[in-house]
Amino acid sequence: MNIMVCIKQVPETRKVKIDPETHTLIRQGVESMINPFDLFAVEAALRLKDEKGGKVVAVTMGPPQAEEALREVVALGVDEVALFSDRAFAGADTWATSYVLAQGARKLGPFDLIVCGKQAVDGDTAQVGPGLAERLGWPYVAFVRRIRGLDGRDMVVERLMDDGYDVVRFAPPALLTVVKEIGEIRVPSFKGKMRAKNLKVPVLSAADIEADPEMCGLKGSATRVIKVFAPKPREKRELWEGEAEELAQRLLHRLSEDKIISIAV
Amino acid sequence: MSLSIDPEKCTACGQCTEVCPFEAIEVMEGLARSNEKCTLCGACVEECPEGAIRIEEAEGRGPAVDLSAYSGVWVFCEQRRGGLHSVGLELLGKGRDLANDLSTSLTAVLFGHGVADLAQKLIAHGADQVLLADDPTLAEFTDDAYGQVLAGLIAEQRPEIVLCGATALGRSFFPRVATTIGTGLTADCTGLSIEPTERLLLQTRPAFGGNIMATIITPNHRPQMATVRPKVMRQAKPDPQRQGQIVSVGLPGGFKALSQVVESIEETSQAARLAEAEIIVTGGRGLGEAKNFSLIAELADQLGGAVGATRGVVDQGWIPYAHQVGQTGRTVSPKLYVAVGVSGAVQHVVGMQSSDVIVAVNNDPQAPIFDVATYGLVGDLFEVVPAMIRELKAARGEA
Repeated sequence: MNIMVCIKQVPETRKVKIDPETHTLIRQGVESMINPFDLFAVEAALRLKDEKGGKVVAVTMGPPQAEEALREVVALGVDEVALFSDRAFAGADTWATSYVLAQGARKLGPFDLIVCGKQAVDGDTAQVGPGLAERLGWPYVAFVRRIRGLDGRDMVVERLMDDGYDVVRFAPPALLTVVKEIGEIRVPSFKGKMRAKNLKVPVLSAADIEADPEMCGLKGSATRVIKVFAPKPREKRELWEGEAEELAQRLLHRLSEDKIISIAV
Repeated sequence: MSLSIDPEKCTACGQCTEVCPFEAIEVMEGLARSNEKCTLCGACVEECPEGAIRIEEAEGRGPAVDLSAYSGVWVFCEQRRGGLHSVGLELLGKGRDLANDLSTSLTAVLFGHGVADLAQKLIAHGADQVLLADDPTLAEFTDDAYGQVLAGLIAEQRPEIVLCGATALGRSFFPRVATTIGTGLTADCTGLSIEPTERLLLQTRPAFGGNIMATIITPNHRPQMATVRPKVMRQAKPDPQRQGQIVSVGLPGGFKALSQVVESIEETSQAARLAEAEIIVTGGRGLGEAKNFSLIAELADQLGGAVGATRGVVDQGWIPYAHQVGQTGRTVSPKLYVAVGVSGAVQHVVGMQSSDVIVAVNNDPQAPIFDVATYGLVGDLFEVVPAMIRELKAARGEA
């Protein structure tokens, strides 16, 4: 199977903090990492390759430093990589992003399957995967928790829903977005790490993938951020200190008085 | 469009670099410069004390479609296994306000098979009309079937706004529809309002894991599409006497299903209980180890509530994912949320900040959870929580 995996380099959002006085972001020293869900996408693709043979190609749309992310997944066993990088791609919303990835997929393909992580932890819209499938005219299944396997021409997967899961059947070529339940991510091998170190990452510009600059980046985006502001701290707030017994009594008494809990304390 | 920095006015003070959420502006060689990460959000424009930064509008970049040809607010109302998801009713509540602000109508969109009896409830909750697509192919949710039908309806009838719940179903197929139509979609909005002069939907959502809020618009494309998580908006009080139209719609020509649901398995248990709970007690990494989660379970039991968890403890394997509250877990909005040993990282807070009353127990007075807690208890959870449990038992007359 020829499988393409889309990955994204994101800031380490867990480490990004708000300055308590100015309520602005403290950005210094924030590193980048691979979007955690994309690692699960890579793992899912590699498992399919282990089973069925073929190759796995990892791609990302990003600035030049995004090549670090591609090297990381080569160490896990990905066969080929490509970085789609161009000034024209900058400032893209999910719609413009899915356009560039679709052009990339057409250039590097044909693929039997594209696998993405369910969402990126910086934007967390979960929109690029489905948008990419739509641009290619492919069926897709989002939030896949398990790939059951192939049945003739069809693939069968389990899709996580809010109240359980669905079993879905479709004929590739298709796109999947995956969740963590898909499986534990493998450890990079020594051989993989050496390969990653020595690899030359191909960089493709808008022209290389025949992407119309008007449809990329900020220009190609349909949504625009018009305002950014710090979330307001909750207005009615009280901070209490004291002995555990006192704190417990005071709290429960207050909650009971305000009828938040129905027990009379 | 570009960011322009006036070199005469710039003093290289660097305040712009501190407010930029995207690391898109740097001070180099005595002058602030923007790089390719800039999204023209304008945070630096507002911040600059010298007024040195401006956003320059490009010329001739106007609407992609005739915006005036679009009218009406639509809400896609999810049903599964013959029951309406409450998020659709919540969005009808909000949709009614938006439609009123725009002096236009509110339409509920309902797909399924054998679901016509649900339509009246949508009218009772504020819809002026219901577009009902009732067909065996729509009995189970598939992205391509639901996506094609909704895209077809939108192309034909041209609503200016379409909303959908950010559930597994909504988050799965709505992006497809937005891409088919060629319009913008904003996910997980926590705020929606109308800017009346240009009939713009102002879509507010947390960004950067909730560290900041961003307001987003879709200026040149229609419809303006947005998803909203359950429990963020409020349902209106239903009026069973309310009248409205129910319009049956057929499937679009050339319709072809590309995937098929073979089986649908319900696993209610924890996930459903958490979503509906009026009281939730959540444990975080402050508990130290898995076995201490019993404290959370006991407190939840005494309060008659459900058990929640932060991503940190779920990742550690202390409790299953079904209990996870936060950015990559559930959004909840109970009457009472008790966060025990939870630091209050924004990725968690976005999942529970609209709770009516938030209580936090943490021994670090600087913990960010205290920014959102109605009642913040600074103390050792291993003493405070057992004390609470004892008090509750005593109040019930138990030993």
